[in-house]
Amino acid sequence: MEDTIASIATTLGVGAISIIRVSGKDAISIVNKIFKGKDLEKVASHTINYGYIVRGDEIIDEVLVNVMKSPKTYTREDVVEINCHGGISTTTKVLELLFLNGARAALAGEFTKRAFLNGRIDLMQAEAVADLINSETEKERKIAINSLTGYGSTLIKNLREKLINLISNIEVNIDYPEYEDIYEVTVNDLKQELTSIKTSLQEIIKQSEDGKIIQNGIKTVIIGRPNVGKSSLLNQLLEVEKAIVTDIPGTTRDIVEGSILISGIKLNLIDTAGIRTTDDTVEKIGVLKSLNSLDEADLVLLLLNNNEKLTKEDLELLEKVQDKTTIVVINKNDLPDKIDIAKIKNLPIVYINTLTPTGILPLKDKIKELFNLSKLEQSNYNYITNARQLAKIKECLNLITDIEDGIKKEIGLDMLEIDLKTIWNTLGTIIGDAYEEELLDELFSKFCVGK
Amino acid sequence: MEYDAIVVGGGHAGCEASLALARLKHKTLLVTGNIKNIADMPCNPSIGGPAKGVLVREIDALGGEMGINTDKSHIQLKMLNTKKGPAVQALRAQADKITYPKEMLKTLQSTKNLEIKEAIVDDLLVKDNKVYGVKLESGEEILSKVVVLTTGTYLKADILVGSKRTPGGPHGEKEAKNLSDNLRKLGLTIQRLKTGTPQRIKRDTIDFSVLEREDGDNVLRTFSYDTIPLYQISSQVPCYLTYTNEETHKIIRDNLNKSSMYGGYVRGIGPRYCPSIEDKVVKFKDKERHQLFLEPESLYYDDIYLQGFSTSMPHDIQEKMVHSLKGLEHAEILKYAYAIEYDAIDPLEMQASLENKKIANLFTAGQINGTSGYEEAAAQGLMAGINASLKLRGLDPLILKRDEAYIGVLIDDLVTKGTKEPYRMLTSRAEYRLLLRHDNADIRLREYGHQVGLIDEKRYQKFQNKLKQIEELKEYLKEKKILPSDKVIIEELQTTPILDGLTLYEFLKRPEVTLTKLVSFGKVPNSYPKEVLEQVEIFVKYEGYIKKALKEASKLKELESIKIPDIDYQEVPNLASEARQKLLAIKPLTLGQASRISGVNPSDIAVLNIYLKRLKHD
Repeated sequence: MEDTIASIATTLGVGAISIIRVSGKDAISIVNKIFKGKDLEKVASHTINYGYIVRGDEIIDEVLVNVMKSPKTYTREDVVEINCHGGISTTTKVLELLFLNGARAALAGEFTKRAFLNGRIDLMQAEAVADLINSETEKERKIAINSLTGYGSTLIKNLREKLINLISNIEVNIDYPEYEDIYEVTVNDLKQELTSIKTSLQEIIKQSEDGKIIQNGIKTVIIGRPNVGKSSLLNQLLEVEKAIVTDIPGTTRDIVEGSILISGIKLNLIDTAGIRTTDDTVEKIGVLKSLNSLDEADLVLLLLNNNEKLTKEDLELLEKVQDKTTIVVINKNDLPDKIDIAKIKNLPIVYINTLTPTGILPLKDKIKELFNLSKLEQSNYNYITNARQLAKIKECLNLITDIEDGIKKEIGLDMLEIDLKTIWNTLGTIIGDAYEEELLDELFSKFCVGK
Repeated sequence: MEYDAIVVGGGHAGCEASLALARLKHKTLLVTGNIKNIADMPCNPSIGGPAKGVLVREIDALGGEMGINTDKSHIQLKMLNTKKGPAVQALRAQADKITYPKEMLKTLQSTKNLEIKEAIVDDLLVKDNKVYGVKLESGEEILSKVVVLTTGTYLKADILVGSKRTPGGPHGEKEAKNLSDNLRKLGLTIQRLKTGTPQRIKRDTIDFSVLEREDGDNVLRTFSYDTIPLYQISSQVPCYLTYTNEETHKIIRDNLNKSSMYGGYVRGIGPRYCPSIEDKVVKFKDKERHQLFLEPESLYYDDIYLQGFSTSMPHDIQEKMVHSLKGLEHAEILKYAYAIEYDAIDPLEMQASLENKKIANLFTAGQINGTSGYEEAAAQGLMAGINASLKLRGLDPLILKRDEAYIGVLIDDLVTKGTKEPYRMLTSRAEYRLLLRHDNADIRLREYGHQVGLIDEKRYQKFQNKLKQIEELKEYLKEKKILPSDKVIIEELQTTPILDGLTLYEFLKRPEVTLTKLVSFGKVPNSYPKEVLEQVEIFVKYEGYIKKALKEASKLKELESIKIPDIDYQEVPNLASEARQKLLAIKPLTLGQASRISGVNPSDIAVLNIYLKRLKHD
């Protein structure tokens, strides 16, 4: 039990706060690496500490961190609990950060297991523990399999099949080099296979992001120069007077949230303060927040005015949203066209007006189209939303990068195949569907070798 | 008179076991059915190949004989997989079937403390579950402190040709009729296995001019770390290739019910990786042809071994089959192919030291343990010899781990998973094949060989010197640099230019740079022997991969470090019943081994772990 484990201790998606629990000898130092606030390695045991979880300069979440030092903890090891506020995607991100910094995903029942192994709970109760561990393992297995009954699991099964074809062929080439009739796998075969596997894995990640969208909704940010009608758009979308609408530039200083349903999928709307250069300090904070919230957004609605030429600020905003999923929304389509739309490149454009509910319909349609919402609506969202499984898929993607590096360095196939086997095994642990003789069975059923 | 050790059977396992015991100064008796057949090669005339070649190197590193003996007796030597990476390269030799046994017998006869006796062993002498000698067919009893059984395929052996079943071992030798029944009476589980061997063809009756020729390498090499090449490149003997064709397949299909296997005359289970030609034709219907190898058996007689054509068809059908092959239209068959069925013990009943769990001081090695192949047999023979000696000396057994040696993988597989078919070593069985290379067997194992006493001071010093040079050269490469001014070298190697200085160590990581080239440019002193350059180059070039493999292996070590004492599994609460049965039968030595048993799940391991912790606390 040398390593440090972490997992989300609360049920994902239920309740406003989720708790991530970290246990092990490096628990405090690992959390400290991603925590901005007091130096956690110096705080007293059993204290609650306020601060931020950060990745470099970027703030991921505002959190409370409980530091509990060994031995008076649940597992008798150093334990840190992070209380996150940011919903599922943020919590998952924090967990991934912990993995990147040296923690590993806890197995089902592992915290409890450690508690017992370290003698915190009367060892004479071992029977009860064993039952618990048994049932938890079983539960975990069922959850893992259930969460994968659909598209995701079929995808992974197909990938493993492709992989084993390639692996067994390479192994036969190694064990039976003197058989001239057997196809000799080339680096090009490997490259091709890798590309296709990579695409599929990325597809799975993309799909699970869709899964997240279904669970969490689409985080939508409306931006634009002051007074182009952001709050009016928001109100029209929400169909209630929630945001404060005036014609004095710079009124909206706080981010106002509200949600609407489009085709059954939740759109979480975030209004932002108008973005412009300003000396008003209160407004400055709002502007800063708006720019920050861009990073978090799944969808950006960039609002422009139909009867004005593009300003320098508009062009800057257009530049900022180039890499985001963005719709350029041109308001006031009832007024004369003065806008030079030739300058808007590579982004979808819709014309609306915020005066009537029907005026914004083109925007709703565009959103549906962009997120393929009608398709999402019909599918049975059995995607991988479990952070452990996603972490494993990302592990596989990293290994693919390693193999690609190896190919560049002219490393032999037999060497690269070792990573390929690890990918195959890792995918196997996701669907709980691996047995050790599988490879040999494959080898001897596919290739006629042996003397 | 009492011996320290009796070894029963003079095949490859028996030779290694008796040599190891005698060299470790134990008074040893080797009992064999026929002295002429000591170290005999009743099947293919080759030693080595992928994984198997590495086994031979490991045997050599530990102080066994197979590598040295092969170096004395082969007629062709090849390094396989040279186009692939260092982790899968391996030597393969065509051994001369006359010279190999002759040289081995010479070695046995000149070894102190070793006697050889011609006899058939009928029974073991056992008291209080402890062996104390053997009983011969003649009724004579010979006493000893330990017994090593290396009976090969001779236990209750039957030769199968078509519908005919004849008791007897390979080469028309007598089988060991009673021993396996007596072992069963002593409580051991006996299983029935099957293997086979192809035809031998008379050399002069083959038209080699129409066949593809396969020559040996034109580089001199040795299996052993301590020998020098004793052969000439030009004196190597070639092998040839031919293929089956539609006519061959038709003959086989038309006569399938006449073969022992398909006619239902075979009970034993044959290996997947040694399929008979009937199997190949039936299971791979779409394959138009199957590759066959023609390998010379010896310089001293005419037999050519027809590798890949093993069958249990009756003789008249075999004639037709052979004559359908290109180049063999007029071939004369000197020996017909046959299948052989024999008894073996269940390897789950032995410990990782190869000592039996039910009968103390009884060791088994080779085909009796359910393996196939000369190299697998020799490897176990050596380990059985070493561990029998350690037992005689009252020391802990030598158990090699899966990340240390193919021998470790082999034995761990046998005693943890058992085997239902003759077990063959394959590279795919090793998780850490990058660590278990042909080139570093000495670095992995020579220390053990020295500790147990099979590697003498002279050989050990030579090895220590090699280690020292390797470290020295690594340091040198880290200190010395290649500079932008080394234009000639950079141009010559067609490598990307250097901006500032780059250590030779980093420079060597480039695919186009090799140590031999650096030596030729005068950048590295030419005082280092080839094997030192090789080690350092592999280490530097594959450092990232080697480190990754070591990291993986260290994960295994954690569970491997938790030893399981002799516990009563009935007392462990909450084990799944299948797991409990398996654990009871196998009695794994560590949690790591327990985790590899099929049917033992992670939750069982957790339960067991808790139980062990509690034991410690109490």
